[in-house]
Amino acid sequence: MTRSYDFRALLLSIVLLITLLGAWELATNTQAQGGGGELTEYERLMGAGSQRAGVPPPSEVIGKAWEELSDPFHNTGANDKGIGIQIAYSLMRVLSGYFLAALIALPVGFLIGMSPLMYKALDPFIQVLRPISPLAWMPLALFIIQDSEASSIFVIFICSIWPMLINTAFGVAGVRKDWVNVARTHELGPLKTAFQVILPAAAPTIVTGMRISIGIAWLVIVAAEMLVGGTGIGYYVWNEWNNLDLNSVIFSILMIGVVGMALDAVFARLQRFVTYTE
Amino acid sequence: MSQPFLQIDGLAKRFPSGKDDTLTVFENVDFDIEKGEFVCIIGHSGCGKSTIMNVLAGLDEPTDGVVTMDGREVSGPSLERGVVFQNYSLLPWLTALKNVTFGVKARHPDWSAERIRQHSYKFLEMVGLTNGAEHRKPSQLSGGMRQRVSIARAFATEPKLLLLDEPFGALDALTRGTIQDELLRIWQDSGQTVFMITHDVDEAILLADRILLMSNGPFAQVAESVVIDIPRPRKRTEMVHHPAYYKIRNHLVDFLSSRSAEIAASPREKDGSRRQPPTVRPGAEDDSPAPDAESARPHLVSLAG
Ligand SMILES: Nc1ncnc2c1ncn2[C@@H]1O[C@H](COP(=O)(O)OP(=O)(O)O)[C@@H](O)[C@H]1O
Ligand SMILES: [Mg+2]
Repeated sequence: MTRSYDFRALLLSIVLLITLLGAWELATNTQAQGGGGELTEYERLMGAGSQRAGVPPPSEVIGKAWEELSDPFHNTGANDKGIGIQIAYSLMRVLSGYFLAALIALPVGFLIGMSPLMYKALDPFIQVLRPISPLAWMPLALFIIQDSEASSIFVIFICSIWPMLINTAFGVAGVRKDWVNVARTHELGPLKTAFQVILPAAAPTIVTGMRISIGIAWLVIVAAEMLVGGTGIGYYVWNEWNNLDLNSVIFSILMIGVVGMALDAVFARLQRFVTYTE
Repeated sequence: MSQPFLQIDGLAKRFPSGKDDTLTVFENVDFDIEKGEFVCIIGHSGCGKSTIMNVLAGLDEPTDGVVTMDGREVSGPSLERGVVFQNYSLLPWLTALKNVTFGVKARHPDWSAERIRQHSYKFLEMVGLTNGAEHRKPSQLSGGMRQRVSIARAFATEPKLLLLDEPFGALDALTRGTIQDELLRIWQDSGQTVFMITHDVDEAILLADRILLMSNGPFAQVAESVVIDIPRPRKRTEMVHHPAYYKIRNHLVDFLSSRSAEIAASPREKDGSRRQPPTVRPGAEDDSPAPDAESARPHLVSLAG
């Protein structure tokens, strides 16, 4: 029953994909031909093929993807690094900023969640800092840190800290009093109570915050790398756009999606692991 | 005269209500419990039974009064007082077995993992929760099974005093009967002291040595201490034929249906002296009340006065 249901969903997905790719292929091809036959090399260089004629059909993108993915880690100069290397740079930044944020957000969130006083005291700061676009910090970060690498890590740090902090505080504050009472009647100390009762009780909410954070961090790194340049998938997209290599642009957009999906899947797994039913 | 095992003196609980006003849930609550006694407390909902139990457990603080156990004042939760909460309060992310080992580990931090496991199994067996069920999470267990785990957890830490808050309220009659029998058996074997809240008159008569009756709140009091003169072992089916049974039952039902409200409506005397609730024995052979030795005791502590 569920299996045939899943199967039907999968079938529908495939049909949709083929339809979409087909429509795209058709649209881009008729464009090129409807423009009046073959363009000469000269016309093409002058951009006479109209702007939209530049959008490549999926078949070309797939060709490009094949080419890139068959050698993802080549490194032949600053402007010719494989997609794998670029993604690795981005991931490295995302993970360091994210890890630093977790290192601060989880304990501080715990503290805020445990203490209504701290909650009230820190709330105004959080409310003001949270809505600031992470990229707005970039100039200040570049000025203070004087290093583009560290600045982009800082931007990741600042954007991923809020969901983790808020969810941790919220989850810890919402732990059922009954469970805390179980810890109390068993004379558990503060540390044991925190790790054996409050943490597992709040874990689903905390991991939800971590999942939101990693999603935001991956969104932000692309923009940050476009700004600071050098390496990374964001820089790669921008660089290929400057080269007018739309095949690569489309291919890297898809790769950003795939990596983001993989990151999310890791946390979805973690979430399933810590979720409990009452 | 030796001190009673558990002594409750001048207990009161008030909550602020409105501006400069307080709501007194109960006051002047004095009673004793002897070692090994099984005491039930009955009263209408909202009269403060759970609050009293939480104070005994050390989870809640009274506005006035002192609880003394084994000569020491109760000032916080302790492993010497095991609690079975009304809603079981199992940790839902742990299996039944892990919920029990949680308690044993807290009690005996120096024990090996194997010893903790064996000890836990002993108590899971006692409540009939082995052969696979112990590896399930509480959400995968029925209400009755959850309550068994909760009881196993409390008994496995072997506290001197067991506090049970309407432990069988949510169970069907059949399951309730089985677990009541188990509870009685464990209590008799262990010699522990039990204080239990219930709203079920028959359950109280079956289990208790003594039943405390609480009048309605606000300003609730422990109005009477009813001794259950029915010999043990009591069997549910035979007990109803005992001559004392209906006398006791009628006394309790009469209290709950009319007297609990009358007491609440009658004017309150205000003196700080310690007064044990009068002991009544509706099931005694002669109908004259037994001489009340308890109330003759000199008053010990009084914070109210
Ligand atoms: N935090 C509180 N503030 C005000 N009133 C409370 C609070 N907690 C409990 N009460 C009151 O105390 C009374 C006793 O509650 P409880 O001990 O749960 O009664 P029972 O267990 O006998 O049903 C109730 O009437 C309830 O309204
Ligand atoms: Mg209650």
